[in-house]
Amino acid sequence: MTTATDTPPGAAAPAAPAVTRRPRRGRLVPYWLLLPGVLWLLVFFALPLVYQASTSVQTGSLEEGFEVTWHFPTYWEALRDYHPQFARSLLYAGTATLLCLLLGYPLAYLIAFRAGRWRHVLLVLVIAPFFTSFLIRTLAWKTILADGGTVVGALDALHVLDVTSRLGWTEGDRVLATPLAVVCGLTYNFLPFMILPLYTSLERIDGRLHEAARDLYASPATTFRKVTFPLSMPGVVAGTLLTFIPASGDYVNAELLGSTDTKMIGNVIQGQFLRVLDYPTAAALSFLLMAAILILVTVYIRRAGTEELV
Amino acid sequence: MPGWIRRHLVVLAGLCTLAYLVLPNVVVLVFSFNQPNGRFNYTWQRFSLDAWKDPCGVPDLCGALGLSLQLAAWATLGATVLGTLIAFALVRYRFRARGAVNALIFLPMSMPEVVMAASLLTLFLNMGAELGFRTVLVAHVMFCLSFVVVAVKARVMSMDPRLEEAARDLYAGPVQTFLRVTLPIAAPGIAAGALLAFALSFDDFVITNFNAGSTVTFPMYVWGSAQRGTPVQINVVGTAMFAVAVLAVVAARFLTARRKRTRSRR
Repeated sequence: MTTATDTPPGAAAPAAPAVTRRPRRGRLVPYWLLLPGVLWLLVFFALPLVYQASTSVQTGSLEEGFEVTWHFPTYWEALRDYHPQFARSLLYAGTATLLCLLLGYPLAYLIAFRAGRWRHVLLVLVIAPFFTSFLIRTLAWKTILADGGTVVGALDALHVLDVTSRLGWTEGDRVLATPLAVVCGLTYNFLPFMILPLYTSLERIDGRLHEAARDLYASPATTFRKVTFPLSMPGVVAGTLLTFIPASGDYVNAELLGSTDTKMIGNVIQGQFLRVLDYPTAAALSFLLMAAILILVTVYIRRAGTEELV
Repeated sequence: MPGWIRRHLVVLAGLCTLAYLVLPNVVVLVFSFNQPNGRFNYTWQRFSLDAWKDPCGVPDLCGALGLSLQLAAWATLGATVLGTLIAFALVRYRFRARGAVNALIFLPMSMPEVVMAASLLTLFLNMGAELGFRTVLVAHVMFCLSFVVVAVKARVMSMDPRLEEAARDLYAGPVQTFLRVTLPIAAPGIAAGALLAFALSFDDFVITNFNAGSTVTFPMYVWGSAQRGTPVQINVVGTAMFAVAVLAVVAARFLTARRKRTRSRR
């Protein structure tokens, strides 16, 4: 564990030079191990963020070149022009995270406590869909939610679409190209990121606590509310973060399942970088997204009261 | 609500979620046997085995697939080597910059991919690097690295350091100890990290989309096909990937079960 293991236990009272020589050689070993990987991360992860910061305060055009002019108003203009997409991203990601929690909790609970020898089969079924490329699976939702398809027909027959249309989640008898489709795709794509941490924290709970609660005449509902759920909080916090952060930056679901009215901030960043080629605005937007997430996550962790997690 | 439903509410709800998770895979499987009328494979027409007989029947698809496999293989190699070294340093040594290194590992995993993708693009644009296979490879090694570190760390942390001490007491040199004791014990963690890196790199779209230039990986091909029209072969590839993953898990479980049995027989 520590450098103490470098000196063999048998070498009691060694000569003075040996003591000073060996640890010194040992002291450099971790740095040599770290050097290549850390250098890689510094050059291709940290340095790019610095470049992006400098890009966000540049002005110019693609033809004449960009120059750092400390033009901070870019941030303000980006926020002014794209705040609807910002708000929408946070709303969609937040809704998807909540849905993931509601859908994922029963499944994680089932796998942890009720599955018995089916536990491994269920876990594989949670992870295996990952291996079919996520773009292919998202495209499959296009088939599932297609206009006039079985799912839409059933929702229409149950008068669900009347309600959702009035709420503005769907349009008429369509689901595809509406907010509902985008949130459905987001929920689907990030659900495993919720289930796995939930499962890990539920699985760690000592079964005897449930027995104790039952012995003290707690109903199953009370046991869940007072024992199981509080003990699964680390999983809930980790799961919500792992779902919310990637979902708020996603642009694949909004692009494939949504319309121009459901564009998220990821779509804007992608468009600015790859189509409009307005690099300063794109860089400012991506920093604003990072800042928004950072603030929300900090507040959330404070509220959840599990600061030791991060 | 009948008592039976109430008692099994959790099971029913859990199974509904499972159905939601697996539904698209079922659709992909079913539609890989479809023979669509037009360019788009979104409505069921009639059963056909054509796509399975000729997976490379559409132009560029197998080229993109090959490129993705190649990319994932190199990215896995790079990330696994670099990540394993970092994991060993973090678990086995106390040193000054430990907290900073931990943060540097944690950050890439907790940042929206689009931000990382965009910042890498600004780096490459500023350096005047030509976007293509090499820039994507560099990016993939970067974001897979953290996941390898986490996987290897978990395994090395649960490893008993006394095993290595014992090896040294038996006069094994540092190299010998590492190759014959440390590495075999850490191998499952390294394998898990490598597998994760391969899957992440093979499936990555966002970072590739920003930094690939005109290079077309398999996810990029699928993305493009959403506009041009999706060939049935895409569903064939998706189904095959799912099948390979499930078979690998089954095989791994079968092997570990057998090894446990032979060990207990001894």
